[in-house]
Amino acid sequence: MADKVLVKGNEALGEAAIAAGCRFFFGYPITPQTELSEYMAKRMPKIGGTFLQAESEIAAINMVLGASSAGARAMTSSSSPGISLKGEGISYIAGSDLPAVIVNIQRGGPGLGGIQPSQSDYFQATKGGGHGDYHLIVLAPNSVQEIVSLTFDAFDLADLYRMPVMILGDGMLGQMMEPVVFPEHSERVLPEKTWATDTTKGLRKKNIINSLYIKPDVLEKINFERYARYAEVEAKEARYEGYLLEDAELVITAYGATSRISRNAVNALRAKGIKAGLLRPITLWPFPKDAYKSAAKTAKAFLTVEMSMGQMIEDVRLAIDCLRPVHFCGRTGGMIPTPGEIEAKAEEIARDF
Amino acid sequence: MKGRMLLAGFGGQGILFAGKLFTYAGMLEGKNVTNIPEYGPEMRGGTCNCSVIIDEDPIGSPLVLEPDILIAMNLPSLDRFEKSVAPGGKIFIDSTLIDRRTVRDDVDAYYIPATRLASDAGIAKLANVIVVGKVIRETGICSMEIMDKVLEKVVPPTRAQLIAPNKKALEIGYRFV
Repeated sequence: MADKVLVKGNEALGEAAIAAGCRFFFGYPITPQTELSEYMAKRMPKIGGTFLQAESEIAAINMVLGASSAGARAMTSSSSPGISLKGEGISYIAGSDLPAVIVNIQRGGPGLGGIQPSQSDYFQATKGGGHGDYHLIVLAPNSVQEIVSLTFDAFDLADLYRMPVMILGDGMLGQMMEPVVFPEHSERVLPEKTWATDTTKGLRKKNIINSLYIKPDVLEKINFERYARYAEVEAKEARYEGYLLEDAELVITAYGATSRISRNAVNALRAKGIKAGLLRPITLWPFPKDAYKSAAKTAKAFLTVEMSMGQMIEDVRLAIDCLRPVHFCGRTGGMIPTPGEIEAKAEEIARDF
Repeated sequence: MKGRMLLAGFGGQGILFAGKLFTYAGMLEGKNVTNIPEYGPEMRGGTCNCSVIIDEDPIGSPLVLEPDILIAMNLPSLDRFEKSVAPGGKIFIDSTLIDRRTVRDDVDAYYIPATRLASDAGIAKLANVIVVGKVIRETGICSMEIMDKVLEKVVPPTRAQLIAPNKKALEIGYRFV
């Protein structure tokens, strides 16, 4: 096994992308993801890859579309306001059935917002962001080591299902240093990219990458086909981590950075005799609905913890068909909830059990 | 020992570097570690702090809200964080730059004129590392021996000439009474 190294989340993501075979990175600086672009600028030329600082976020995402069309593994990264700018290109990539990896290290919003950590782009990531009928696979790591493993997964899933994948982090994960081990390569066997617009060598018909279909019946058929693929993703790829869920009466649920804070709260609540557990979605789309349904069997209530005004809470309610009350504890604007705040809210809820 | 540490000062004092030393030490001694900085958009000046956790058990939140160990390298940092220190915790104060004592009577406070000691020794920029030496002495958060390996990891090979002055700073801090 390789040595443990101590790295920031942003840099770990860059190194993992390179290890996963990403050879094209198109970026534009924005806090708090700049270390990732900076890392790629340093590393890519050394390994024969391409780092390009685009003239804008919009240009960067369209360069990803281009590189991916030619069959390369390509990535772009930004933070919240920059991701909004990429929305059009993300929709075009989805509409062209291209793999791509997009990283959002979220900061406070709306508008230019602030530079401190946030999770207020949940709706944008999981419900659209760009126009049209499409989904992204959305991966939400909660440690630097998981940033590494999910970056490998992101490229593989994108290739496997020919769709864009978003890694949804936040400023806390991006800036945090933890020891990690980098795996050398992924284990998955992936399909050949027979659709890529690389050279035909005169041996096949040329491939065309396109997202424009003027005839509505044709576009409908293509959207149906794409949604059949999405159904497969929903059936196979939903992932979560459970902590002390077996007998949990209060299920605290959170992703990314807030899941780590919630874990402290769960431990403190257990010490006080409150049966709390933690359900952490790792994929935000597909949302791990079955895990929520099964947690609802023992749970008397749910508590979602987010660095937003409450966005994931809607998916939690849908996943359990509103069978249990779902409470909310959150901070916004770059403020980070404390374990104490979560505990206080949890104790208030548990008083009614 | 395990520890929740908060290191605070102004940008340019080497707060993040000192935090990195402890984090590497914990990692190389086989513990779980996290390190998360908090700083503004500016490179120098402004306030800067860094949370470091070293623990045998898996670490949840990486943010240190109630430190066992506080390192305060300037007055605004002491003003802001001294109330948050856990009862029985330890506060390390650069007494060259901070001319008051702590108001807490339920913690151990150590006053070390790190900035003056550094300039007297001709290593003016290493007040931070002098404090690291003192913290190791008083808390046992990591061993002095591990710091040789830590410095090898943290100081890039192209700047290997900086290892010797860093070791000197650690020694000055460790021996200061």
